[in-house]
Amino acid sequence: MKDAIAGKTMLALTLFAVLLVLLMIAGLYLKSRPVLSSHSLGELFFSTRWRPFRGQFGFLPFILGTLWVTGVAMLIAVPLCLLTAIYLSEYAPARVREWVKPLIDILAGIPSVVFGVWGMLVVVPFIKDTVAPAFKVFSTGYSVLAGGIVLAIMVFPVIIHVTLEVLRAVPSEVREASLALGATRWQTVKRVVLRKALPGVAAAVVLGIARAFGETMAVLMVVGNVPKVPKSVLDPAYPLPALIANNYGEMLSVPLYDSALMLAALILLLVILAFNVASRLVLRRVERSLR
Amino acid sequence: MARDRRFAEERLFRGLMIAATALIVSCLALILLTVLAKGLPFMSLDMVTRTPQGGYYLGKGGGVLNAILGSLYLAGGATLLAILIGLPVALYLNVYARPGGRFVAASRFAFDVLNGVPSIVYGAFGFTLMIFFGLRASLLGGIIAIALLILPMMARSMDEVIRLVPRELLEASYALGATRWETARRVVARQALPGILTAVLIAFGRGIGDAAAVIFTTGFTDAVPGSLLRPAATLPLAIFFQLGVPIPEVQGRAYASALILTVLILAVSLAARLLSRRLTRHVVK
Repeated sequence: MKDAIAGKTMLALTLFAVLLVLLMIAGLYLKSRPVLSSHSLGELFFSTRWRPFRGQFGFLPFILGTLWVTGVAMLIAVPLCLLTAIYLSEYAPARVREWVKPLIDILAGIPSVVFGVWGMLVVVPFIKDTVAPAFKVFSTGYSVLAGGIVLAIMVFPVIIHVTLEVLRAVPSEVREASLALGATRWQTVKRVVLRKALPGVAAAVVLGIARAFGETMAVLMVVGNVPKVPKSVLDPAYPLPALIANNYGEMLSVPLYDSALMLAALILLLVILAFNVASRLVLRRVERSLR
Repeated sequence: MARDRRFAEERLFRGLMIAATALIVSCLALILLTVLAKGLPFMSLDMVTRTPQGGYYLGKGGGVLNAILGSLYLAGGATLLAILIGLPVALYLNVYARPGGRFVAASRFAFDVLNGVPSIVYGAFGFTLMIFFGLRASLLGGIIAIALLILPMMARSMDEVIRLVPRELLEASYALGATRWETARRVVARQALPGILTAVLIAFGRGIGDAAAVIFTTGFTDAVPGSLLRPAATLPLAIFFQLGVPIPEVQGRAYASALILTVLILAVSLAARLLSRRLTRHVVK
């Protein structure tokens, strides 16, 4: 009797947790309906005019801001993470691996506001005083590049962790066969291991992108938050999550403003869900095929 | 000739790999050292024992005790709430549900996906929930938002450790006439306890550090939170707000607050590591 009650309760809790995502989509959709019904999708997504007080809600600068910052972050993070993951999985002695892995875990645990503080103290002045003068342009330092650098460091742990799992799933016989044929280690990695692990590595990168899309606090603190489409990496940008977080105070006093911000959250959620679902499906396939 | 090139390439990439690994590790060192160097000069006993006094944000006396306690209450409450949901979920998936079945696989998949949802979205969702229930920005609102945020990672990591409990142990328990509920409670949960506690601590750490989910839901106040229905300060937001004040003294305190937050997080993660190592001694192998 007790057993049955416990079982039913647990099932209910599990269902609740699993269905949480649908609940979130529904909640945010209900809140964003007012702005969706008064503005066309084309206007919302392709207009650069963001004037909440006049009822104009063009998300394009924010969408492009998110893409710019994420793009820069990925350009920095992907090569570094792949090299590190390959090193840790294929080259490093066990002792090095045992030391580096916990450090990467610690990096993953650092709160985003601390990354933001560090970005303001180190990255922003570096861009203002060193990078921008080198290109003979003026920049306050609060820029796409600053956001990209900080974001890159924040996604290191995600990409490295997942890539390591994928590389570990490649059976060691495959490597041994290649080494036995006289290939060097790097040749083995390049032609055999990476080829087998490629879908999984791609999934790791996509998970990193999804993480970067949604990162809020650290990016908000270093990216400048100017609602214009950036033209270079030294321009400020205003990514979607920063838009949501920055305007929570005033949004209730302007009609449709809260609705527009909830729509921004809904867009983020849907895009990130799609990325996550796609990469998780790939990872599951990889795991099964290599087993 | 071709042989030389092969080995040159090998050496080149090996060098690049070591450089990349060193760079990533030194990023961590650089961040920790920056926070330490900038925060330490502004550190004082007042910072951790007093709340902001009148004129605090103009550089006058006080500390961030309100935010430290607020963050601990918030993360503590959220962790408790998440355990209440997460632990039964993990037990259900491993003891009650058909092993290897569709439902189990789908649930794990859902948690992995949910774990990728950013905290700002949980914050926005928490905000819509609060409007729906007529709640104002409060400690309770923050606890709910953070609990939802850490639930997927907690449920999933508990699930991973419970999954490692040997099947034979369950069967031995059934053979002695125990029900599934008794087995789940007395055998499985106890066997997986170290892993479960680690999962709890990691989730707690993430709860302390999160800013984006509390910005809508918890509000901010200079007083130590006295009720679930009142707003509460949190360390990440205290850092953020102090940084926004263009007075060097106040910004310095933001760095000191960042140092407090970082030390808190590192302590929690260290505790998680030590605890899991120590408690594994009592586990049937």
